[in-house]
Amino acid sequence: MTKILNVRNLEKSYTSGSKQLTVLHDISFNVEEKETFAIVGPSGSGKTTLLGLCAGLDRPDTGSIELCGTELSSLSEDERAVLRNQKVGFVFQDFQLLPTLTALENVAVPLELQGAKNASDVAKGLLEKVGLGGRFEHYPSQLSGGEQQRVAVARAFSNRPSILFADEPTGNLDAETGEKVIELLFDLNREAGTTLVIVTHDLDLAKMTQQILRLKGGKIIETHEQH
Amino acid sequence: MWLLKMAWRDGKASGRKLILFMASIVLGIAAVVSIQSFGENLKDNIALQSKAMMGADYKIDLDKAPTEEVLSIIDSLGGARAREIGFTSMAAFPGNDGTRLVQVRGIEGEFPFYGELETVPREAAQTYQQEGKALVDATLMRQLGLNPGDSIKIGEVTLPIAGALRSIPGSNSFFSSVAPPTVLPYSFIEETGLIQTGSRISYDYYFTTQPGTDLEQLDEVLDPRLDNLEADLDTHTSTSERLGRRYDNFGKFLNLVAFVALLLGCVGIASAINIYIKGKLKAVAVLKCLGATRKQTFMIYLLQIAGMGLLGGIIGTIAGLFLQQLFPLLLGDLLPVDIEMTFKIQIILLGILLGVFMAVLFALVPLIGTLYVSPLQALRVQTGINKKKGKAELAVLGGIFLFILLFSYWLLQDWRYSLAFVLGIVVTFAILAGIARLFMKVIRENFPTGWGFPARQSLQNLFRPQNQTLTLVLAIGVGTFLISTLYFTKDVLLAEASIDAQTDSPNMILLDVQAGQEKEVEQVIKNSGNPVLDDIPIVTMRVQNINGRTVNQMREDSTSGINRWVLNHEFRVTYRDSLTNSEVLSSGDWISQVDNTNLIPISVSDNFAEDALVSVGDRISFNVQGVVMNTEVRSIRTVDWSQMQPNFSIVFPKGVLENAPQFRVITTKVPGEAASAALQQELVRLFPNVSILDLRQIITVIEDLLNKIAWLINFMAFFSILTGIIVLLGAVRTSKFQRIKESVLLRTIGARSNQILKILALEYFYLGALGTLSGILLSLLSSQLLAWLLFDTAFVPSIFPFLVIFPAITILVMFIGLTNSISVIKSPPLEVLRKESY
Repeated sequence: MTKILNVRNLEKSYTSGSKQLTVLHDISFNVEEKETFAIVGPSGSGKTTLLGLCAGLDRPDTGSIELCGTELSSLSEDERAVLRNQKVGFVFQDFQLLPTLTALENVAVPLELQGAKNASDVAKGLLEKVGLGGRFEHYPSQLSGGEQQRVAVARAFSNRPSILFADEPTGNLDAETGEKVIELLFDLNREAGTTLVIVTHDLDLAKMTQQILRLKGGKIIETHEQH
Repeated sequence: MWLLKMAWRDGKASGRKLILFMASIVLGIAAVVSIQSFGENLKDNIALQSKAMMGADYKIDLDKAPTEEVLSIIDSLGGARAREIGFTSMAAFPGNDGTRLVQVRGIEGEFPFYGELETVPREAAQTYQQEGKALVDATLMRQLGLNPGDSIKIGEVTLPIAGALRSIPGSNSFFSSVAPPTVLPYSFIEETGLIQTGSRISYDYYFTTQPGTDLEQLDEVLDPRLDNLEADLDTHTSTSERLGRRYDNFGKFLNLVAFVALLLGCVGIASAINIYIKGKLKAVAVLKCLGATRKQTFMIYLLQIAGMGLLGGIIGTIAGLFLQQLFPLLLGDLLPVDIEMTFKIQIILLGILLGVFMAVLFALVPLIGTLYVSPLQALRVQTGINKKKGKAELAVLGGIFLFILLFSYWLLQDWRYSLAFVLGIVVTFAILAGIARLFMKVIRENFPTGWGFPARQSLQNLFRPQNQTLTLVLAIGVGTFLISTLYFTKDVLLAEASIDAQTDSPNMILLDVQAGQEKEVEQVIKNSGNPVLDDIPIVTMRVQNINGRTVNQMREDSTSGINRWVLNHEFRVTYRDSLTNSEVLSSGDWISQVDNTNLIPISVSDNFAEDALVSVGDRISFNVQGVVMNTEVRSIRTVDWSQMQPNFSIVFPKGVLENAPQFRVITTKVPGEAASAALQQELVRLFPNVSILDLRQIITVIEDLLNKIAWLINFMAFFSILTGIIVLLGAVRTSKFQRIKESVLLRTIGARSNQILKILALEYFYLGALGTLSGILLSLLSSQLLAWLLFDTAFVPSIFPFLVIFPAITILVMFIGLTNSISVIKSPPLEVLRKESY
């Protein structure tokens, strides 16, 4: 198996007022290609920060992150943006759809950024796949929370990413809708062979993944492989 | 292409939020374009109608009877096609009680050759010369109830009136209001008996040329020769250029007013975009997560704003072009020509480009924020000041300052004025911003904890996150500042001109009282029960040489630096032993009397000293009607020329000029119009040569003029207020959701509608009152400075801004605020939240 994400000795701290707050301390782990991987831990344990660093949304203070064979620290912000566009997908807790774009336009954006000619057709196909065939022209504010998250999932898969990061994907949804979205995520993961990294404090969801990394106070307290 | 698509998609959905932003641009551009375009059209029309304004291609004019040499030059030019003698005189109307000071124009020949001598009936213009009749100003005839066929008496001549004179080339509307024009056949002028020493008489010879004649060359060749003969050559182009320049200054002032409206619009742009972009930062972070680069996200919003600027520029330009059509209506007969409006391509381009440029420039500070948004913000809110961002913002602010400076230089063509203007703006904005900040600080530090809940809550609202307190106070303050400054300045100008306030000042001046007549004239005044305030002797003279250099030498020396009027002017000089109340000695010693006439110690005014380049101790020789008098400047006086009384550039001591040929100016103060009219009739009947200036009437003319100008300025200031309202609306709307959330929360926990209404009303009241009051107080300060520094007068502010502007604008702010929040109060909390979240 090939490592798609290789994290070594990661440290990250933020300044809060005059105090230095260490959020992540000596974090190292690997994620294999096509694997499903969960990061769990209580609030404030550094899960979301770790996810952001792994996806190249921010730089660590020390340590290295190799994503899809590329060392992130050697890339500029724009180079990391290009890497994200080509290799990475995102699903956020609060959906993060662009409110001024329709569902179809939201899904098409990553492809359009790549300059794809058939962005709209691909986006339509994905929306139909997530059960929103009739909602192409709806704006996010005209969709329910579950529908918005399904649009977000369709968007995350639109550029056929090698790895998908999901930050509490069911955090803002009721249990039933949450289950449907998770089902969708795992289905698409299987179909497209995308690596799935999920940040969650839902242990049931974490148990569905192949590997669990448990964080507390910015440190790894357990890594657990499931079969 | 994708950038354009994204800009369009996003802009389309955010259109409503950007409408107010665009309205700010539209109003600002409309103000600038209308003024610019009107100014250009005025300039063009003056140039196009220059011949019609003069009535000829060129003329030779002089203020004394032409010598043989002048006549021979006129002959060498093929002879004048028309000639005219002009002077002011009192006119009486037999069979009518009225008397008026009129501008008499005795004309021979078919003048005008261009333009029109417009009369009612029309044929009067053709027949008055052959029939030996007069044409009298139409307004004057209407005022006095005169009709064609009635008579006019000027000096010793009585003529029938052929018709009403509506317009004639060479008479300007302002002077016509003081001394309405009256046209007589040239041959009757001698018979009036008014051509005598002391009268200011002008002699004009009108010429036409073949098409293609180079008038500039003619001017260059002939003018120096004529100058030496104390005559002047004026071509129709030079006259119109001079006129154009005069209106240019007025245009520049209006341009600045329009520019202020535009700048206020820019405050609106900056504030609207600031809020707009803040709302977009999350979307920027998401786009970056999805792989958009910094440049791409920046460009999406830059293109959007440039697009809105373009659209605003186009709409504003169209509005401005239509708006300029209103100016002739507002200015009426202040304009020297009838204006035909055309649309100029360079003005259209200016408007459109200015729209784009200002939108982008003033949006750059908030736009720069998008460059420094971390994609991590899509996951968590990140706060922290980016040093690079601070530097970029500073560079943009520098750019804004530079732009304003360059633009005002382009309008004013003078670095000093531009810098003063820009600094003035910076200081005004800084003071207003300072007041707003100070107010907030004082409130915070001394928070009135004892107040009731609504009053406390409404004060708290001024400090809410993303509050618009500063923007609102600036917008309201600048608008109010402009309007009240205009009112205060008008007060200053009127106070300056007002004579009723100056109790001991004369309100009637009698000119051209001949030597020997003064005792009788004074007796008539005294008999009518009025005082004789001054009896001032006047001797006319010209400069012969200054410090040994003759006038001709100085004229030929282009480097002499001496102002030409000093060399050409016929000075009216008086002699007395004391200073008047409008004079202050600024250097030297005042000499009141002398016994010998070898070297006469004189006093000159500071402006004469400056223009003639003389100081105390310099020598000037005057030609006093053929007799040369050698003088020495012994003192320099500062003269307040704005005082409505006879003031003099040159004053001789007593004991020298008593026996020189002279005439007198007598002043009196007559209470009421009826008494003034009766005295004028009596004086005209007994002394037809005496001209009477009724200052009360002149003040009315000046007031009328100021009112017309004030109308136009108010019209332009209205733009600022309107832009201010737009900014206000924008600010209210952008913080509306915040307010709604707060209000809904309050209602959920049991607040009643009227309590919420009270909180909102009070919040807007604080904002309105603070902005308006700051604006008025600041304008009070600036008007006081103007009164001290520019007009040198005491300033008593009108109460109008306090009584009308303050409550009006405060109520307007409350009205706009409350009408925009009414949905919050009327609907159930849940419905409001659902609706507003769309």
